[in-house]
Amino acid sequence: MTEYALITSPGLKRRHAKEARFKWYGRIAILIALSFLVFMFSVIFYRGIGAFQQTKIALDVTFSKQIIDPEGARDPQALLSADYKPVLVQALSKEFPDITGRNDKRRLYKILSSGAVYEMGKRVSQNPDIIGTSQRIWVTASSDVDLYIKGKIDTKLDNALRKLKDKDIIYIEKLRQEDRIRKKFNTAFFTNGDSREPEMAGILGAALGSFFSLLVCFLIAFPLGILTAVYLEEYARKSKLTDLIEININNLAAVPSIVFGLLGLSIFLGVFNIPRSTPLVGGMVLALMTLPTIIIAARASLRSVPRSIREAAFGLGASKTQTTFHHVVPLAMPGMLTGTILGMAQALGETAPLLMIGMIAFIVDIPHGVTDAATSLPVQIFLWADSPEKGFVERTSAAIIVLLVFLVLMNLLAVYMRKKLERRW
Amino acid sequence: MKTAMKIHNLREQWRNGFAKMMKEITMLNKIMTASVLALILAACGGKDTPKASNSTQDIKQASYMRNQIKIVGSSTVYPFATTVAENFGRTSAFKTPIVESTGSGGGLKLFCSGLGVNYPDIANASRRIKPSEVKRCAENGIADIVEAKIGYDGIVIANSRKSPQMQLSLKDVFLALAKNVPDGNGGIKPNPYKTWRDVNPALANLKMEVMGPPPTSGTRDAFVELAMEGGCKAFTWIKAMKKTDKAAYKALCHTIREDDVFIEAGENDNLIVQKLGTNPKAFGIFGFSFLEQNADSVQGSIVNGKAPTFENISNGSYPVSRSLYFYVKKANVGKVPGIEEFLGEFMSDKASSADGYLSEKGLIPLNAFERTKWKASVLGLEPLTLD
Repeated sequence: MTEYALITSPGLKRRHAKEARFKWYGRIAILIALSFLVFMFSVIFYRGIGAFQQTKIALDVTFSKQIIDPEGARDPQALLSADYKPVLVQALSKEFPDITGRNDKRRLYKILSSGAVYEMGKRVSQNPDIIGTSQRIWVTASSDVDLYIKGKIDTKLDNALRKLKDKDIIYIEKLRQEDRIRKKFNTAFFTNGDSREPEMAGILGAALGSFFSLLVCFLIAFPLGILTAVYLEEYARKSKLTDLIEININNLAAVPSIVFGLLGLSIFLGVFNIPRSTPLVGGMVLALMTLPTIIIAARASLRSVPRSIREAAFGLGASKTQTTFHHVVPLAMPGMLTGTILGMAQALGETAPLLMIGMIAFIVDIPHGVTDAATSLPVQIFLWADSPEKGFVERTSAAIIVLLVFLVLMNLLAVYMRKKLERRW
Repeated sequence: MKTAMKIHNLREQWRNGFAKMMKEITMLNKIMTASVLALILAACGGKDTPKASNSTQDIKQASYMRNQIKIVGSSTVYPFATTVAENFGRTSAFKTPIVESTGSGGGLKLFCSGLGVNYPDIANASRRIKPSEVKRCAENGIADIVEAKIGYDGIVIANSRKSPQMQLSLKDVFLALAKNVPDGNGGIKPNPYKTWRDVNPALANLKMEVMGPPPTSGTRDAFVELAMEGGCKAFTWIKAMKKTDKAAYKALCHTIREDDVFIEAGENDNLIVQKLGTNPKAFGIFGFSFLEQNADSVQGSIVNGKAPTFENISNGSYPVSRSLYFYVKKANVGKVPGIEEFLGEFMSDKASSADGYLSEKGLIPLNAFERTKWKASVLGLEPLTLD
């Protein structure tokens, strides 16, 4: 050992030091990258975690038959759109009997969300039997109250500058002492479409929009991509033409996504007249975008199937098609699927191509199919980030969390499939 | 022995592998058939409705029909249009209109591109429609346009509440932000000013840093026209130039400096508000609704002695304010269900009056007289005339 060290000793120390230094550079690089990631995640989680809870106010509501359903017809549609404001006002006045002035009453009503009346409508139309009874109901509070309860309003600030005035805070504190204000799990966030009121805004519309777009994208891009890859890899003879195609496919993978949006605008909307703002056209544009990714991944995984498999199949008398579809494609499938999933994950996060085809829009109704107008998750994040209302700050981060969860799930699926199905040669 | 076992095992593995492969092939086949089917379905989906109906008129109707109102246009009007759309969707039997934020120019371009399902019914604008746009509309068969003025918006020059409030005149704004400024001898020179005191000795000795919208923004257009040009006109010789050399006048008054004093902060006004919070020395240019929603952290500068308040913008004394409009295709009224009802909702007292829900979102409403006038002309679907 010592002899060996002696022989190579000139410069050895320096070389060892160099190696150690290099290791440390690497570690520092990883550390920096990790700390950025941790910072980003913690900021998003810190900001967004609040949105999963929503402040609710308990009111003793009397569902007076005279106001809601004077004729007693109990028509669900009529019950849904009946005027529930007087019912809520009544319940609030019962809670605050000493507030009498018209302006004060209006101020007081503002602690409830402007969407509270629609919640009531939904509740009554689902269960008409509560008409005529009196019940304690948790009603969604307005965004300002919500922010106050979550400690996001600076009460030391001058009264005139705050949206929530001292008077409102007195009301809220009185309710809080009676345990009538609580933070509850925010189901509306997962069941509603978009809204201008932060407390009523939800991501279901956007999530379904993303789902339908990805479905269309998958149905188009997957078969097209796989077939292209199989043909180019297994059948096409190498010629100038296939070289050209190959170069173009590789180049397409690097084209900025907005270009595909423009293409979608002029071809799908302009020539084929597919309706604007729908997941159908969104999915088609995203399919164009993911096609090169899928083709490249599929070709790579076809190429990794050893030559011997094909030769063995030929040796047993299989035809070219049999060889390809019975042996080569199934063996390459895990790699193809992994590539597809990664391509889809990329498509899930795209906003730029959707800009041109009208999917960046305010859409309240939840889509039920590929031809209903819809947005997508990243678009929803963009729209909320651009809204002036303060309550949207936490919604934006919460929507980012949801999008990240979906992305992580898709990537995990890809990793799982690779680990589970991949064959090593 | 061992090798034989190994071979046996390998063979076994292969057999399993093949079984798996066959499964995968059938799966693949299924997926492909399913996708092809879905594609065919999707392709036919749109055409199914007219085929099902009998008379030719039905087919015509169906090819035109859309059961949801489409709105495009200004990002300034977007918060108001969406609020009305949402309330309309909730209280009526119609679907909630789709509102896209494309900018005033982009919106009117789409609006004027043609009649039919794929073009919007309504365009929002943070300025009045231009004669060129009306012409474009007419060329594409859109003859009658209904104009609606819904209110005002102020453009504020704001800074953080941690710093003192600034008192500016339009002339100060022009001198601070123009690319070229008068050199005092009847000529122009590149803007040399770096601090607010350079611009006006009465102002603070503070390095200028102003964040504003990019050229694509309607807010920027309005700011340039109202604030910059307003300050520009304070010089009598420049004002005189408007008559003699309009191009030079425009170039001087409408060009914002490109050095580090003016920072283009993108279309996202929230971002500017956030940056003002972290940098007390900086100023930002954005719409009044953002000031109102963030009044706890930012304050608007006083311009020509008037603070950007609800009252001052509404009575027109705050100098940097503009009108907000929307435009409706008369031909689509009655074809796309709900347009008339939507107009009714937008012009109703509960939406756009002084204590309507839009004022809570930062819209500065028209005065009672103007409102009655506009309400009547919009609900009467009176076509637009440019004077």
